[in-house]
Amino acid sequence: MKFRVEREVLADAVAWTAKSLPSRPPVPVLAGILLDLSSEPGSGGRAAGESLTVSGFDYEVSTQATIDVHAQSAGRALVSGRLLADITRSLPPHPVEVAVDGPRLTISCGSARFTLPTMPVEDYPSLPMMPTTAGVVASADFDTAVSQVAVAAGRDDTLPMLTGVRLEIDGDRLTLAATDRYRLAVREFGWTPEQSGRTAAVLIPARSLSEAAKTLTGGPEVTLALSSSGTGEGIMGFSSPNRKTTTRLLDAEFPKYRSLLPVESAATAEVRVAGFIEAVRRVALVADRGTPVRLSFGDEGLTLLAGGDDEGRAEEQIEADFAGDPLTIGFNPTFLLDGLSAVHTETVRMSFTTPNKPAVLTGVPAEGPGNEDYRYLIMPVRLPG
Amino acid sequence: MPAGPDADDAGCRFLHVDMDAFFASVEVRRRPELRGKPVLVGGDGNRGVVTSATYEARACGVHSAMPMGRAKRLCPHAVVVPGDMRLYAEVSKGIMALFRSITPLVEPLSLDEAFLDVAGARRRLGGPWEIATWIRARVEDEQGITCSVGVASTKFVAKLASTRCKPDGLLVVPVDGVIRFLHALPVAALWGVGVRTEEQLTQLGLRSVGQVANTPLPTLQRALGPALGAHLHALSWGKDQRVVVPHEPEKSIGSEETFSSDVDDPAVVSRELLRLSERTAGRLRSAGALSRTVSIKVRFHDFTTLTRSRTLRVSTDVGQEIFEVASQLYDALGLDRARIRLVGVRAEGLVPTAEAPVQLLLGAREHGRRDAEQAADRAARRFGTGAVRPATLLDPRSVSTRPARPAGTPEGMRPGGNGADRRQ
Repeated sequence: MKFRVEREVLADAVAWTAKSLPSRPPVPVLAGILLDLSSEPGSGGRAAGESLTVSGFDYEVSTQATIDVHAQSAGRALVSGRLLADITRSLPPHPVEVAVDGPRLTISCGSARFTLPTMPVEDYPSLPMMPTTAGVVASADFDTAVSQVAVAAGRDDTLPMLTGVRLEIDGDRLTLAATDRYRLAVREFGWTPEQSGRTAAVLIPARSLSEAAKTLTGGPEVTLALSSSGTGEGIMGFSSPNRKTTTRLLDAEFPKYRSLLPVESAATAEVRVAGFIEAVRRVALVADRGTPVRLSFGDEGLTLLAGGDDEGRAEEQIEADFAGDPLTIGFNPTFLLDGLSAVHTETVRMSFTTPNKPAVLTGVPAEGPGNEDYRYLIMPVRLPG
Repeated sequence: MPAGPDADDAGCRFLHVDMDAFFASVEVRRRPELRGKPVLVGGDGNRGVVTSATYEARACGVHSAMPMGRAKRLCPHAVVVPGDMRLYAEVSKGIMALFRSITPLVEPLSLDEAFLDVAGARRRLGGPWEIATWIRARVEDEQGITCSVGVASTKFVAKLASTRCKPDGLLVVPVDGVIRFLHALPVAALWGVGVRTEEQLTQLGLRSVGQVANTPLPTLQRALGPALGAHLHALSWGKDQRVVVPHEPEKSIGSEETFSSDVDDPAVVSRELLRLSERTAGRLRSAGALSRTVSIKVRFHDFTTLTRSRTLRVSTDVGQEIFEVASQLYDALGLDRARIRLVGVRAEGLVPTAEAPVQLLLGAREHGRRDAEQAADRAARRFGTGAVRPATLLDPRSVSTRPARPAGTPEGMRPGGNGADRRQ
């Protein structure tokens, strides 16, 4: 194998692939990145041998980037992914020559030259097949929606059903939902399904989904791939023109969340998001771990209060457009900030029933672009006394 | 080291007072015919443990926490006395009251030892040496037992000093003698050095406190981690910023159980963890406290002991929740039929229930497991401990002799309902 490639192109592809490599690989070859310059006709109508695939796999997530190279001879090589990423990131801005020389891979760039040991390619597992295409979604919508929802996913691996994001397909509507039992984020948006009228629901590890949505923004659209035999293969795929990734789905039951969404409210408040976020951050400075920020809504606006006599107190008043009986409610400041940052509008609407029932955050206006149908439910902290 | 009236006690504000062989001494006081004999306090069954031993027994190599069987082999003529915690607590109360008559700054560490800060008592009662001497005389007069007192400028040196002068002793470590006193001691004397740390230090060739003191701080931190390295280095130079904290509130609540014979059946261990979790939760509720951290302790047949803990996102006083965490911690040990001698469950990071904000859960039932356990508490007050408990804990042999199920046994008490109240 021997080829020449632009430094930026190689570095980007390797960096992206290396991100999903396991930090403690169960077998040594999984710490590797596979470089494959096949002699078969390349994908996407490229001329034979002009496209290099860069792959990584940890049995959970597979990643594969395809880049254009000037090929001299075909071949495959498996080298340490971490090292390859460190090297390509640090190369000088010149074209890069890569060649396999016996059991070594050499990388030459400008005046720099690296020689890396290779690992046996035969030992590398084959990557999972991409499932059949289910439809396409605008990559910007997808990125926004996933970040809005994944923030509410749990991180406790002892409750695996809460570490995922539920993806529901209902014809031309997609719904994403995640909860860690303290908050619940739900987002609905449109997409273009491959076949109309299809319904499906899967649970995707939140970390893999976030990574995919964040990094597959190279093109205008992302293709979602999901085996049509329902839960069948347990794999979901995402692809953009030059990158594709698959992730194992979670085999767990997601809580029945729709019944948790309140249908009515007793009071609502509309608050400017930027000032609200800053105020919460400030007063939370004195809130010990596990202690809440208190929000008091009334005719004179919103008063934020945190801390106590022992650890110091903070108080701040900001404008709020409040309708309802005066209300004091406590929230974990992190959960509140996560929700405020996720509505993506200038103004947030908070809807309340009682201080011990979930509050709902929505964007205002609710029908603006990018913020339709986003709801962030947050469970309050019951205040002492 | 001078300990007489001439001792230079200027700046030595801290006293560490420690009763000598406390439980055993109280037993000897109660039964004077035991005076001068080896006496062991503790359970006499084949799994009993020595909780206290007179110095006559210690001369045979017995120490507290030793299995009773081994102690009796070492000291065959010893008199074994079962413990009487009520009596010891009563004596302890008298001693602590005496301390508080000297200064309000009394920090009890257990029934039989306490730190005192006597800086404020100088004008009224004299210097630290005088106060220490007076305490020793009063304890002997009033309680008929002896104690040892360490006097120093820091808590940690005061405690080391009382250990060094035991039994029935008094040791003042003057400010300018701290370094000399400390540096001669073995590293194990440092507060925070257990068996493992001692091994690590030995590997570095560090056996005395002086050697630790003269090791560059970065070397210690590399070997032991930044926090412990800095801590030990400071201690080795006699630096200890801790002050006496009076009325230290209860920091943790827990219970542990030594099996009557070693257990390797995971189901038996799990049942014991459930019982200990329920008991711990009950004590939390009666103390009006919520716990933020749950820890378990597992002691194996060879006495090696592991503890593991996890901090919860939401404080709890619910037995079922404590049990879930305890089980996860136990499962994470990945034991493969290891022979286990003792298990314990402890609730730490306590906050008063009335002052604690509670993060609520989405979709939780209005009346969850907590209400069920509170109902069980009420039943226990009327019908006795254990009137209502998880079915897993019913003893199959005694089940028929138990009174019929008291009225109002809550549905949720069946362990089959694990966490059902929290599911959405």
